[in-house]
Amino acid sequence: MPNPISCRLPCVGVLALQGAFREHKWALERLGVQVFLASTLAALRDCEALVIPGGESTTIGRLLNDFNMMEPLRERIRGGMAVFGTCAGMVLLAREIEGSVQPRLGLMEITVRRNAFGRQVDSFEMDLEIPVLGEEPFPGVFIRAPYAVGVGQGVEILCSVQGKGVLLRQGKLLAAAFHPELTGDLRLHRYFISQVAGWNEACKIG
Amino acid sequence: MEKSTWTVKKGLAEMLKGGVIMDVTTPEQAKIAEEAGACAVMALERVPADIRAAGGVARMADPTVILRIMDAVTIPVMAKVRIGHFVEAQVLEALGVDYIDESEVLTPADEQHHIEKHGFKVPFVCGARNLGEALRRIGEGAAMIRTKGEPGTGNVVEAVRHLRLVMGAIRKLQGMPKEELMSEAKEMGAPYELVIQVARTGRLPVVNFAAGGIATPADAAMMMQLGADGNFVGSGIFKSKDPAKRARAIVAATTYYNDPQVLAEVSKDLGEAMPGIEIPMIQQHERMQERGW
Repeated sequence: MPNPISCRLPCVGVLALQGAFREHKWALERLGVQVFLASTLAALRDCEALVIPGGESTTIGRLLNDFNMMEPLRERIRGGMAVFGTCAGMVLLAREIEGSVQPRLGLMEITVRRNAFGRQVDSFEMDLEIPVLGEEPFPGVFIRAPYAVGVGQGVEILCSVQGKGVLLRQGKLLAAAFHPELTGDLRLHRYFISQVAGWNEACKIG
Repeated sequence: MEKSTWTVKKGLAEMLKGGVIMDVTTPEQAKIAEEAGACAVMALERVPADIRAAGGVARMADPTVILRIMDAVTIPVMAKVRIGHFVEAQVLEALGVDYIDESEVLTPADEQHHIEKHGFKVPFVCGARNLGEALRRIGEGAAMIRTKGEPGTGNVVEAVRHLRLVMGAIRKLQGMPKEELMSEAKEMGAPYELVIQVARTGRLPVVNFAAGGIATPADAAMMMQLGADGNFVGSGIFKSKDPAKRARAIVAATTYYNDPQVLAEVSKDLGEAMPGIEIPMIQQHERMQERGW
């Protein structure tokens, strides 16, 4: 937790098993946060907050299982570590994945549909209204994206497309169906660090 | 809502990074690949080793084969078209495949021209043996590159040669003063704007996977250490003794490419790798890497 006297920025890990972890690292670095790529259990233990990037959720889930990281990571998250999952990361956070028994963390009370907008030819860009980020629209990049078809108690829908949740928050968990790391817009990463992980009191982020 | 933008075309390749794309010929193989952790599959009628053995003209796969594989898995499905065969590409776009590989593994349909790829909604991946070839393909609209090896050989030497050439040429550009970039662009036959971009950023403008001849976890990790963003594995998996186990091992090696302990562990008891071919044993005109320009 932040120290109110000497401002110390959090040490954020980006889960680096497969996918676009590099882009998240760059985005967080631009915010001035300490960030490192985490691909081992030891590295995950050093994270104070974690980003789970886009990629293939089946691949990342398989590697979390094969390298015995799934349960220890769940423990860390249950213990209060903030997590921001984008696309595959959102799928891995979800309790339910429609029609799938693939490995997952399963800690967020949402049901997701994978490839919900269709295949790659249906991938799209769209300006999003996200009230918690202010009035200026946010560039939404959706690539074979999921959406939430159901949300449980304690889950806030921060943004919807076609009536389906694409940005959701449950306490210290934040899930986006789109890819803020592929845009130059840092507002969602900043929101994660300051509002979700709770480093807003002591430090002025980015 | 704007579909098929450059950002989403290039973006899908960004999501594949650190992963393994596996050649499959049946829905069953596709499921084995997905279960093993493949980040995408390439739907084919025959793997390159069998294409090489069969000889004759190799074409786009039967749409039925591709559709059955698309139905079997949730990960992205790629499929190959002949170099320059824009109508095969139109067919694959109509089928809704996620990525088109304009590939030298098939017999080229046009010896002069590659497909104009910007005009398609589906993104393209293309092979390259050097930086100039990579930038020409990107100029035509390829949203992903794979450095060419010699497909279907189980011999990684050509993939290593070409990845080193690409990475070496990038390092060379980075060290050049600006006034030398135009003549370098002319020399390598690459679009000037892209040459400037590479010189400035020190990397290709799109994701670059290694391909051709990768048969073991150590091969896969070597390509990553040399700077590849991920690996295509063609014949190497389903031409080996125990495809499921080898597939998982190559996935793990592509993630933990810098950890020799993990590499040693996953390399154990994999059974026989695919049979390999020495490159000089392949006649010049049968070398797939030399197709395209």
